[in-house]
Amino acid sequence: MVASANTRLRLETVRLTALFGQLRAVRDVSLLFPAHTVTAIIGPSGCGKSTLLRCLNRMHELTPGASVVGAVLLDNVNVYAREVNPIELRRRIGMVFQRPTPFPTMSIYDNVAAGLRVNGKRPRREMDDAVERALQQAALWDDVKDRLRTSAIALSGGQQQRLCIARAVAPQPEILLLDEPTASLDPAGTQHIEELCHALKRLYTIVIVTHNLQQAARVSDYTAFMYLGNLVEVGRTDEMFMKPKVEQTEAYITGRFG
Amino acid sequence: MSARAVRRQLVSRAMTALVVVLSLIAVLALVLILGDLMVKGASSIDWAFFTKSPVPAGQSGGGVANAIVGTAIIVGLAALIGVPIGVGAGMYLAEYGTGRLGFAVRFIADVLNGTPSIVVGIVAWTFIVKPTHRFSALAGSVALAILMIPMLARTTEEMVRLVPNSLREAALALGYARWRTSLKVVARTALGGIVTGCLIGIARVAGETAPLLFTALGNLNFSLSVTQPMQTLSLQIYVYATGPFDDWHRLAWASALVLMGLVLVISLTARWVTRQRYGRIR
Repeated sequence: MVASANTRLRLETVRLTALFGQLRAVRDVSLLFPAHTVTAIIGPSGCGKSTLLRCLNRMHELTPGASVVGAVLLDNVNVYAREVNPIELRRRIGMVFQRPTPFPTMSIYDNVAAGLRVNGKRPRREMDDAVERALQQAALWDDVKDRLRTSAIALSGGQQQRLCIARAVAPQPEILLLDEPTASLDPAGTQHIEELCHALKRLYTIVIVTHNLQQAARVSDYTAFMYLGNLVEVGRTDEMFMKPKVEQTEAYITGRFG
Repeated sequence: MSARAVRRQLVSRAMTALVVVLSLIAVLALVLILGDLMVKGASSIDWAFFTKSPVPAGQSGGGVANAIVGTAIIVGLAALIGVPIGVGAGMYLAEYGTGRLGFAVRFIADVLNGTPSIVVGIVAWTFIVKPTHRFSALAGSVALAILMIPMLARTTEEMVRLVPNSLREAALALGYARWRTSLKVVARTALGGIVTGCLIGIARVAGETAPLLFTALGNLNFSLSVTQPMQTLSLQIYVYATGPFDDWHRLAWASALVLMGLVLVISLTARWVTRQRYGRIR
């Protein structure tokens, strides 16, 4: 049932270029995301890190004028192949955005159940269990278990973001994409989310975009540094931060530019 | 305080006073209308006014039950036709209408919005009354629906555009199809605004007279048949107010008061719905 917990899933980009019209936001990036690890993508604003992330679940193409060259392989299947349905793909890849995006008209319960319901009706009992499991995984269950039927927008910012994580993991995706998930949170909320990254990588392969270098160092196993759309360097996080191989990476990490 | 600062403060106060006075003048119109209607109409409102149909000219007594029921039927039917089309068009414009078709629909809706209502009445007469050889409530409803559709389309579009794009993306990233995103997330989030727009549109057409003159025509008798001429409050006011009898004039004032009250109730409902929009708990 929980396929993600035991199979060695492979996610990688192969010579991936992402365009907005003529502008190449991501240039020829080949990058492997090892299963059950956290990979951080870092780099200055506008370096293409968010765009790269959005290519992985084909959200990039929803922007008018956007297009992609190259491949994203998920278990050796190019997700940009003609026979791949992007809607089905996105059900296998959960995503959390920079700002919390709970659905304002739905209760806490319905928010978490939203991704489950698109996969068809289920018995009430099964649904309850899935919602509880997702909220447990997002470390939100204890906060909200007595008010599951109340509005989701009454929660604090940090709780809302954890609710979005619960919503993303409820359908048991294989991959979790986090696009600067703590950018709008206070330090306590940030710490919560970072702890979640550690806990959740047992279950999911996580890719996190961040422009907080300390955060990348704290949560990730691998770090990729991007600059002006190019992948400059990728490696184990401890090595990247201790002794980067490329001059540019060192300059960025030590705060000399960006 | 320097002379310059004093002058600034004086100018500031004068301007504030000016806008307050102008606002009061704007509100004054409503107060005068309502007050006048109350003074001249309230005394004629009794139980018979709501329950009886008109009596022949010259006799006293009688009411406008036929017109009240007629207004409800004609406006209700117009809403039944106009709301699905108007809201649907608005959803299309906001969610999909980026191409040439969207531009065309938007432009036509704007032109239609500015079309005099009597012209819409003539259109309904040409396409419904003339071919069927009879005035009918249904023709009146169609005329009112045509008036309603562009209004609803544009307000729905505005309301749907207010829904942040991040919500659309969140739904799509969960594996929602485009149509499901529009329906389950976007439309539901904008629902309060859309309902308000519909109610305001309905209130607007409830008082229309011109498009009904040669479609629903008016009827001095009580009628529930939508294929027959039917009376509405607005037509009743028109006939009674221009007639020669004092009794008629009194009934016209009372009808105007009822119509005004009806529109006010719909508007207040619209307000109430919007208030419910945020923090709604399901």
